[in-house]
Amino acid sequence: MNELRLNPAMKLSEKLFSGIEMLPSRDGYGHGLVALGERNPNVVVLGADLTASVRADWFAKRFPGRFLEVGIAEQNMVGIAAGLSLVGKIPFVATYGVFSTGRAWDQLRVSVCYPSLNVKVASAHGGISVGADGATHQALEDLAVTRTLPNMNVVVPADAVEGKKATVSAGEMAGPFVLRFGREKVPVVTTEETPFRVGRAETFCFGDEVSIVACGAMVYEALVAARQLRAEGIDSRVINLHTIKPIDEKTLVSAARETGAVVCAEEHQIMGGMGSAVCEVLARHCPVPVELVGVLDRFGESGEPNELMEKFGLTSREIVNAVKKVLVRKGGQK
Amino acid sequence: MDSAGILKLQHIAQELRRDIVRMIGAAGSGHPGGSLSAADLVSALYFHALVFDPKNPDWSGRDYFFLSKGHVCPVQYAAMARAGFFPREELLTLRRMGSRLQGHPDMRKLPGIEVSAGSLGQGLSVSVGVAAGLRMDGLPNKVYCLLGDGELDEGQVWEAAMSAAHYNLSNLCALVDRNGLQIDGPTGEVMELEPLADKWRAFGWRVIELDGHDLGQIVNALDEFKSFSGNQPTVLIARTVKGKGVSFMENKADWHGKAPGAEEVRRALAELGCPS
Repeated sequence: MNELRLNPAMKLSEKLFSGIEMLPSRDGYGHGLVALGERNPNVVVLGADLTASVRADWFAKRFPGRFLEVGIAEQNMVGIAAGLSLVGKIPFVATYGVFSTGRAWDQLRVSVCYPSLNVKVASAHGGISVGADGATHQALEDLAVTRTLPNMNVVVPADAVEGKKATVSAGEMAGPFVLRFGREKVPVVTTEETPFRVGRAETFCFGDEVSIVACGAMVYEALVAARQLRAEGIDSRVINLHTIKPIDEKTLVSAARETGAVVCAEEHQIMGGMGSAVCEVLARHCPVPVELVGVLDRFGESGEPNELMEKFGLTSREIVNAVKKVLVRKGGQK
Repeated sequence: MDSAGILKLQHIAQELRRDIVRMIGAAGSGHPGGSLSAADLVSALYFHALVFDPKNPDWSGRDYFFLSKGHVCPVQYAAMARAGFFPREELLTLRRMGSRLQGHPDMRKLPGIEVSAGSLGQGLSVSVGVAAGLRMDGLPNKVYCLLGDGELDEGQVWEAAMSAAHYNLSNLCALVDRNGLQIDGPTGEVMELEPLADKWRAFGWRVIELDGHDLGQIVNALDEFKSFSGNQPTVLIARTVKGKGVSFMENKADWHGKAPGAEEVRRALAELGCPS
């Protein structure tokens, strides 16, 4: 009765709630690049003086002839990547998300998305969990500013294993991608066997009373929240919405229709992020009560990652509270 | 190149100017000043320097031309039409709904445009990427990038300049249309660019300064770039006159982004050697 109804097809980690492995999702980017580099000689990687931080050094050491150091010049880096794609290369650029998607936004818009070029951008060190570097280095707007760009695909892997799959998929698919990674170690929820396809949300846990839609590190928090809710007799569905764009309308609408209430959780500004994207779908196809967990219109600050996640309301506890709130609204509608 | 060849390029440049005036006049908006100043450079590029096949714009053996100052696309469209990329009648669709000739070039609409452009300062970075990619594959194709002088206010241009020299991209040639005017006035008043040649040299480029309306000089400089065996990128700083060829537009910042009316089109075409 008190057990989560995990989706067996998802082949999630067997150590989900006991001694789960911890890895930063950026490791997945590094592994994915090397895997791609071995398969496809056209894959090239660019660095902007943060090559090791984003794990691109693994590729650079392995394939030095296909690595370009650009220096602290993100706008130029994105433009060079656009040019490389024009001669058949598959360029991956990475730096902190605040710079790769913010500082170089107009370059992403005009030189990459408008012509729909095959450029892959890693938004590394996404979210508040970057920690001590503080507000300037905590990307909390990257999903909002990139998902509004036509032709752009936006993917937020839940962990390092999914990060590798997302990187490899982006390299194998045409068109511009933003891939978001985190700096901190987070629970490795998925396994090599967990299904992953860009554009398809996965139901990690079955439930009928409420749906929790999450991305990135909040997927694990959503599972922890679902477990606690289950103990309190509330049956919640957990959906890993790793692809923010193109968004999986079908899975979201089914979840809203079948559970009648939705909570969204993301390590991002509430405005314009994953939750907003979900609401855009539900408002048109299945308007149900929705509560949004995320950063509420403010900048981050310095601190330990876990302290910040706590302070900015990005925990399983906040998700539990949001579920209870949304269930009251759902009940009120009946 | 012999004098007959130069004469031919001069004639083509005048023809491009007439097309520019007609197109922008018909569109009722556009950027005549910088289009006219760049006409001789573009004539030499399309009808002397660049290797391409208009029937197969994606041919892998082609040279790459990037118009970083995308707003002067009328001069590029005129050259492309004359070179056979598309019918000349289409020039008069410039800026119209549904036209392949967008207000700023769109590679997805018009084959032969290498990249979509319009936000200033981005073309040189893209050119660096292409040149670096060609270099990685050991390919001999050349890369050309035309920039405006006002555009050099953008910091990204200098990031790109630094990287081109750092990567020893001798297969890259930038051309600066140094017409000395931008929307708010003379470049020296808006934002001082001088000593411009020294700046490029300090960034590791080989600099050729020339008269951007002297086709003999332009052709020589482009030939010099092609045969250069060193490891530096080359920049041509071409002194030009904004609005060149139309007396009432010459050296007037006002004509940066304004279309001539019907009477002005008539006067301009008369000056450019076209009586009606």
